[in-house]
This record gives sequence, C-alpha cells and structure tokens, in this order.
Amino acid sequence: MNVLSDHFAEFREGFLGTVELTASSALLALVLGILIAGFRVSPVPVLRAFGTVWVTLLRNTPLVLLFLAVTLGLPALGLKGWDSFWLAVLALGCYTSAFVCEAVRSGINTVPVGQAEAARSIGMTFTQTLGQIVLPQAARTAIPPLGSLMIALAKNTAIASGFNVAELAALQKQLNADEGYNIYVIFLWIALCYLIITFAISGLFRLLESRLAVAR
Amino acid sequence: MSANVLYDAPGPKARIRNRIYGALSVLAIVGLLAFVVQRLDSTGQFQSGLWEAYEYTDTQNRILDGLVTTLKTFGIAALLSLALGTLLAAARLSDHAPVRWAATVAVEFFRAMPLLIMIFLLYAAFFTNDPMWALVIGLTLYNGSVQAEIFRSGIKAVPQGQGEAARALGLRKTQVMAYVLVPQAVRSMLPSIISQLVVTLKDTALGFIILYEELLFVGKAFAQQTEPVNGVYAFIPMVIVFGSIYILLCLALSGVATWIERRTKRSRKGAPPAPPVALDLGTGGSGVVNP
Repeated sequence: MNVLSDHFAEFREGFLGTVELTASSALLALVLGILIAGFRVSPVPVLRAFGTVWVTLLRNTPLVLLFLAVTLGLPALGLKGWDSFWLAVLALGCYTSAFVCEAVRSGINTVPVGQAEAARSIGMTFTQTLGQIVLPQAARTAIPPLGSLMIALAKNTAIASGFNVAELAALQKQLNADEGYNIYVIFLWIALCYLIITFAISGLFRLLESRLAVAR
Repeated sequence: MSANVLYDAPGPKARIRNRIYGALSVLAIVGLLAFVVQRLDSTGQFQSGLWEAYEYTDTQNRILDGLVTTLKTFGIAALLSLALGTLLAAARLSDHAPVRWAATVAVEFFRAMPLLIMIFLLYAAFFTNDPMWALVIGLTLYNGSVQAEIFRSGIKAVPQGQGEAARALGLRKTQVMAYVLVPQAVRSMLPSIISQLVVTLKDTALGFIILYEELLFVGKAFAQQTEPVNGVYAFIPMVIVFGSIYILLCLALSGVATWIERRTKRSRKGAPPAPPVALDLGTGGSGVVNP
C-alpha cells in the first residue's frame, strides 16, 4: 500500500504544479518588487507615497485574505474567465513583491554613497544612476535575503490549495480524505517534495551569490 | 545610502520635469482607482442592500465573535510559541551535544515545512473535530522554531565580555543566562519578536482553509448568507470590511514594534537593537536559507 507508487501521476502533477506556481509568482514578484523599490527611492513624491502604501498594505494583509480578494474581486472588476492558477500567481506575486521591494531597498542602502555621487558627478540621470550603477551593486547584497523570500514563496504556494489550484498541498488534502492510507506517510512524501523544491532554490541562490560576489 | 543621494537637488528644469512626472503618476493612480470604483459601482457592489446588514447589532456581534476567536487563537499560539521558542533556544545553546542536535533538527524541520502542510496533518491525524487546536499547534510549532532562532541570535549578539564577566564572578551557567544574557537579548530582539507575532496573527487566517470559525471564515459565511441584491453577492463588501479589520490589527501590532524600536534606540543603557533577523513573509515564510 504505497501511496507514492499508487498515485505517482498525481504526485508528479502536484509537484510540477507547485514548481510552476512558484516560478511564475517569483518572476512577477521580482519584477514588481524591483519596480516598486525604484518608486520608493525616486525623486517624484507621488511615486514614493504609492510605493509606501503598496508595501504597508500588502505586508499587513493575510495571504489568505489576498487570495479571497483576488478570486472574488477580479471577476467583479470585469476580468472574468481567469484561470485559478493565474489568480493564485497574481495574489502570491503581489504579496511577495512588497517583501522583495524592502529587500532591494535595504540592498540599495548598502551601496557606498560615493558610487551614486560619482555617477551624478559625471552627469548621469536618476534612472541611469539607479539602473547602471546602484542596482547592479545592490543586487549582490540583496541575493541572500531574496533567496529566503523565494523559499518562503515556495512554502506559501501551499495556500493555493484552498483555491482550486492543483499542487502538493491540495494533493495532501485529497489523499488525507481518501480512506486507507497512512496520513503520516502521505505527509512524509509531500514534505520530501517541498524539501526538494526549497533545497533547489537555496542551491540556486548560493550559486548566484558565489557567481556574482565582488570584493568590497 | 539615503534616497536623495541618487539624484541631484532639482534645478528649475528638473523641478518642472518632476512635477510633470508627478502629475502623470497622480493621473495614472487616480485613473486606476476610478476604474476600480466605476467597475465596482457598475457591477452593483455599492448597492445599499449589500452593506446595510453591517448596521445590524446581530451582524456586528457575529463579527465581534469572529474577532474574539481570532484573537484568542492568536493569544494562545503566541504564548505557546514564545514558550517553545525559549525552550528550543535554550536547547540549541546547551552544553550537551545531543540536546543541541535534537533541537537543531526540530527547528530546521519545522521552519522548512509549509505551515499549511503541518496544519493539514494535525487536522487529519488528531483534531478533525477541533480545528482550533490543529491551527494553534501548527502555529506554535512553526512560529516557536522561528522565535527560537530570534532568541538565539539575540543571545549571540550580546557582547562576549558580558558572559565572560558573569562567569568570572562565579555565576552558574543558568544564572549567566537568566540574569545577564537573556535580559539584554530580549531588549535588543523585541522588535523582531513582535514582527514575528504579527506573522502569527496574519497566519491565524489559515484557519479559514480548515473551516475553523475565525474572523475570515465568519466573513465568508456571512457573505454567503446575505441575500443577493439584484443578483449581486455580498463578497466584495465582505473583503473590504474584513480586510480593513485585519490590516488595522496588524498595523497596530507593528506600530508597537516600531515604537519599542525607537525607544530602545533612544536609551543609552541597553544594547542597540540588532538588525532584523530576516525578512519574514509569514505563512511558513521564515528567512530559511538552509532548510
């Protein structure tokens, strides 16, 4: 009575579902987060305020509530027919973007002041200073916290199980409900799947860190 | 580097340009908000019928009950997780290697598991009829492990001379810990501890998924029971009302953390607050690099 061999196809599907969900939301979170971090240090006060409100709101909302807001709210806004997978990506991506923004911003704070001053003194504009001088250096210090955030994101994808997305936690819930399997065995296999994903992410980020390391 | 190092003090041209950008972004943001409000209005979300239920005392009492349940769950989970955190931190700093290893394995395991997976296990294995304890114990195991790491890094951050001086005076190791290290560590780690409590508070909403009657569940049940007005269900008003409650609760708790952080910075006696341990996403989101 081996759960894994009996339900191998479901396990594969759930595993791939979690991986896809993590990857898509990570991409959205990184793009949005870096953009909002740019807003928060920009010379335009309105954009700075927008960034602050975005981060404050999203950091203080439970992720489950955000999922509810997205799944129930978007159809009302006229965006009907979205797949539950993409709704989950939207919720997870927006939520994580607030944390990515803060990680990038504290990365920006570690770049020596002289770098930006030198860039300005040769006549670079704000966008050039930020994009070509400061962000590439900030990215290097931001990589370890970003890695932790991506691991946290992978774990947070479990919440999508409550919202009709086929992934590992949903599979666990379904198998738990099926009679006849030992729930601890199910838990162990599911846990192992998550461990593989989080190990892969932390390995990837460690590789990035050593590849991008610079002497300071 | 503070933000204003990134750009020069604006001259006349730059000031005009910044104002144009400012006006454009105001337009974009207001446009987006207007679009949302207009869409909500045209799909009939602002019909009074959907909102007036919130004026009834009965409804308000039900929301209050949900709030009390959430706060109760949070309170128990917070206390238990602080207790577990203390225990695990003490074990990880123990002089006996087996105790240290056991605690390390426990901490790393519970931090690496998605909280919801733990809750599903507890729910299916022990607490099918009592989801509250599945939630509380899940929250305790996860947040306790994270708190343990916060305590431990706080104790590690106390200057070495403190412990050495205490030992030189002849204090036993329990005394060194209790009278010298812990009071200073707690002082410097209080902001991080409270931020983790905010995470605990947010994560009580996970009870929604295992059908535990906390605040969010009450909200959804409530929205489902409200009679649809002209074919529109009361879900959006629910999200707006209950979202505000959650955000206010969390902001209040984070406010306490910021206030304490500022007070500790001002004081000359204590150790300065250590930098936050790790960015925490909540819901199984600790700053784990090595799961």
